[in-house]
Amino acid sequence: MTDYDVMIKARNVTKSFDGFKALDALDLTVRKGSVYGLIGPNGAGKTTFIKSLMGIYRTDGGNISVMGEGVYENTPLKQKIIYISDDLFFFTTYSVKEMAKYYAEVYKSFDWEIFEKLGSIFKIDVKRKCRRLSKGMQKQVAFWLGICTKPEVMVLDEPVDGLDPVMRRNTWAILLQEVAERGMTVLVSSHNLRELEDVCDNVGIMFNGKVVLEKSLDDVKGEIHKLQIAFEGGAMPDELAKELNILHSSKFGSVQTCIVKGDAEGIKKVCGAHSPLICDILPLTLEEIFIYELGGMGYEFENILI
Amino acid sequence: MELNYGDHRPIYEQIKEKTKEYIINGAMAEHERLPSVREIAGQLAINPNTIQRAYKELESEGYIYSQKAKGYFVAPMKKSVQAIKREEAMQSLEVTLKELKYLGEDKESIDGLVSKVYENQ
Repeated sequence: MTDYDVMIKARNVTKSFDGFKALDALDLTVRKGSVYGLIGPNGAGKTTFIKSLMGIYRTDGGNISVMGEGVYENTPLKQKIIYISDDLFFFTTYSVKEMAKYYAEVYKSFDWEIFEKLGSIFKIDVKRKCRRLSKGMQKQVAFWLGICTKPEVMVLDEPVDGLDPVMRRNTWAILLQEVAERGMTVLVSSHNLRELEDVCDNVGIMFNGKVVLEKSLDDVKGEIHKLQIAFEGGAMPDELAKELNILHSSKFGSVQTCIVKGDAEGIKKVCGAHSPLICDILPLTLEEIFIYELGGMGYEFENILI
Repeated sequence: MELNYGDHRPIYEQIKEKTKEYIINGAMAEHERLPSVREIAGQLAINPNTIQRAYKELESEGYIYSQKAKGYFVAPMKKSVQAIKREEAMQSLEVTLKELKYLGEDKESIDGLVSKVYENQ
């Protein structure tokens, strides 16, 4: 990756609150035109990182840059970035239209033509007061106005939380077209992994203030698989168990389900030599990757019986 | 095109398979333009790079070809539709046979079935 392709770069970033290290030597890189999913358990530091990236927090140490520049107090750069936070802000008495005028005042690239066009998708009366709209509709307004500024980077914190399924899909469709057409970069933090799986090409997993895994989604999916295998007589031959790099294993009847590191072809070949009765190799879902990767770090789900 | 969200396969593979299916079944004619990456991204709300990857692989497998700044087009088929369909049927037969073997069907009765089908024709 050349520096030219890098949109967001964070190196060795630290930030503490009252002695608590929210960010701890965090490294993160987002390529231009990529949709980067930032995931992690509650309290991992996702929002703290996003607020530091946006120049809302001043970091204690390290370096964060967007297009090679720091965002903190950098007004020209902020023109090119849209941040949709979890808690939205609108002026008390402003209607959608008035809010749009305010955006057009602040963001020089605001495009009224796009505003009109998107109006037919969002179907919200522009004369309505923003504060009176429902939570979901306020989110829609935030996207609506954000897209009109034609940003280089969009940073989204739990973006589609509160949107209905139709609007969720519409919103992503609009964003992804901007990605395809203009090479807009998106950094999105969410707990809806099913959804991220469709829209992201890269993922970063955060844990305890660090990015513990950062990869392209295809790579992650290519190097870790779920293997469902059964043998005559039941048990898996010991030699096979030694040959495979098994991270996790469970049994259901005589079918053994293993999480295995390695590419699908390789696993198939190794298993085939032991003539299994069933041998299915499936890619992992992002949710499974999340659970197994963090499971290895001591963040595990337990069989809870109350 | 519709995606199956319950499907375990990666999305780019689903797009690849669906597009292949359309080409093989003749739902897309030779030299017909495929929907652009942007169109699909908007339609299915999926990552453009994923679609790009599916198209790149279809291109290297010879199903489609690209023209600069114009997009992707269906390539004239080298193998006949018949040959591709036969290949697919053979693959599904293999799966069925494996299943029968697992269920304990012996080879003789399979052989018997094969001769019955072939001799009746």
